[in-house]
Amino acid sequence: MAERERRLAPPYGGVFVPRTRVMGADDLKRATKRMAHEIIERNHGLDEVVLIGLQTGGVPLAARLHQQLEAIEGVDVPIGTLDVAFYRDDIGLRPVLPEAVTDIPCDLQGRIVVLVDDVLFTGRTIRAALDALSDHGRAKAVQLAVMVDRGHRELPIRPDFVGKNLPTRRDEVVDVNVDGVDLGEMRR
Amino acid sequence: MSRLVTNPRHGELRNLLSIADLGPDVAAGIGEVMTLTDSFVEVSERTIPKVPALRGRTVVSLFFEDSTRTRLSFETAAKRLSADTMNFSVSTSSVKKGESLRDTIETIEAMGVDAIVVRHSSAGVPLQIARWAQSAVINAGDGWHEHPTQALLDCYTIRQRFGDLAGRRIAIVGDIRHSRVARSDVAAFTALGAEVTLVAPPTLLPPSLEGWPVKVSHDLDEMLPELDVCYLLRMQRERMTEALIPSLREYVARYGLDAARADRLPEHALIMHPGPMNRGVEINAEVADRPNTVIIDQVRNGVAVRMAVLFLLLGSGTGWGGEVEG
Repeated sequence: MAERERRLAPPYGGVFVPRTRVMGADDLKRATKRMAHEIIERNHGLDEVVLIGLQTGGVPLAARLHQQLEAIEGVDVPIGTLDVAFYRDDIGLRPVLPEAVTDIPCDLQGRIVVLVDDVLFTGRTIRAALDALSDHGRAKAVQLAVMVDRGHRELPIRPDFVGKNLPTRRDEVVDVNVDGVDLGEMRR
Repeated sequence: MSRLVTNPRHGELRNLLSIADLGPDVAAGIGEVMTLTDSFVEVSERTIPKVPALRGRTVVSLFFEDSTRTRLSFETAAKRLSADTMNFSVSTSSVKKGESLRDTIETIEAMGVDAIVVRHSSAGVPLQIARWAQSAVINAGDGWHEHPTQALLDCYTIRQRFGDLAGRRIAIVGDIRHSRVARSDVAAFTALGAEVTLVAPPTLLPPSLEGWPVKVSHDLDEMLPELDVCYLLRMQRERMTEALIPSLREYVARYGLDAARADRLPEHALIMHPGPMNRGVEINAEVADRPNTVIIDQVRNGVAVRMAVLFLLLGSGTGWGGEVEG
């Protein structure tokens, strides 16, 4: 995961070299559980909630949140995926291609959309995601859940549910996967 | 998952003049277009089938030859990507006043365009334009040479029904000699592992088939029971200046897909046609409306495939100045 970030950083490709383990598998599980509780609390239940995972890092995280929500409330909330490639503001500046076909499970009209991503960095992906969502109907509200908020925002965007706030240098790379979260660098 | 961007050729596709332009590994290049087309098919199914991907880009269609579907298809594709479109039709242009092709191209480029979609009755015109122009050039059919986006949409349509083309038996029937569609289709289908047979009277085959990875047959009837795809070409009456067939009626009797012939195709076999159809000539009117006749799917997929091609050419990134995203 954080696959997008890794691919978009020049030099494109390269190898991720982890330096520090920031969260372990158990920490991830606890954070996911807490975020699930926060989502339920904030929205007074799950009646109108739709989970949308951003391709690719947000998709498995959305699936795990979905599991937790079901375990806690016994509600099977609609879950979908979104690829924001066609909405990015850097098309033409670097290679932009979608990772997968977007799959929005229902009309978003009047729904509370919880966007899910692994790492929040500049905020540009979320900006693109907000544009993409508006093409699928007018949501009642859009909220943002991320596992790691690493700072360095370039747009006025903030998360609603955060797994961990992680101060980073701009040139560092955060990797979120099933085993945990690592901080490291890209090597050619 | 990073299959597309880590492709070393990515971003190097400057023009699409022939199927061979898709790279040294043509199959991988076609695969790349197909994957991207999947995303654009999803976009086309939305209530608002439009994305802002190519906002501010301009696509000009330069058609020196008549066309309805290709021209409309490219125009729709560009508009669904939020690009601006300009239309150039020869009959109302300065070409009528004797302006040369080169001057026409330079004039159009001076207005600031990003892609030129060309159709011309002479083979090689798109290549010549690509040598002059800074913008991306897309061949929308040049003479008897190639029509690459048609082949891509044909591949996509077959893949949509069968999953892939490997080992599929495809017959291309009709006027191969004058057909740019056949040339592009042979290149694309065989690259994806299909077995292609050209079915035509000897006079409607190209003078030489050397180097074509295809079989040839003059008998449609013996082929029918084994086919996965029966691809019919249009009888191009406007290019039939020599007497290549004794009469249209004789052609229809031997090579036209009538109901009896269509019944002898396997149940799963697809009937395809690049359009425009001559109902009653290469295809019987009733056969044209059967459920396995996917001509309308071809047109529908054409828009998504052309969105993919435009996006690959114009949106794939030319500089390395991108910032790290998150």
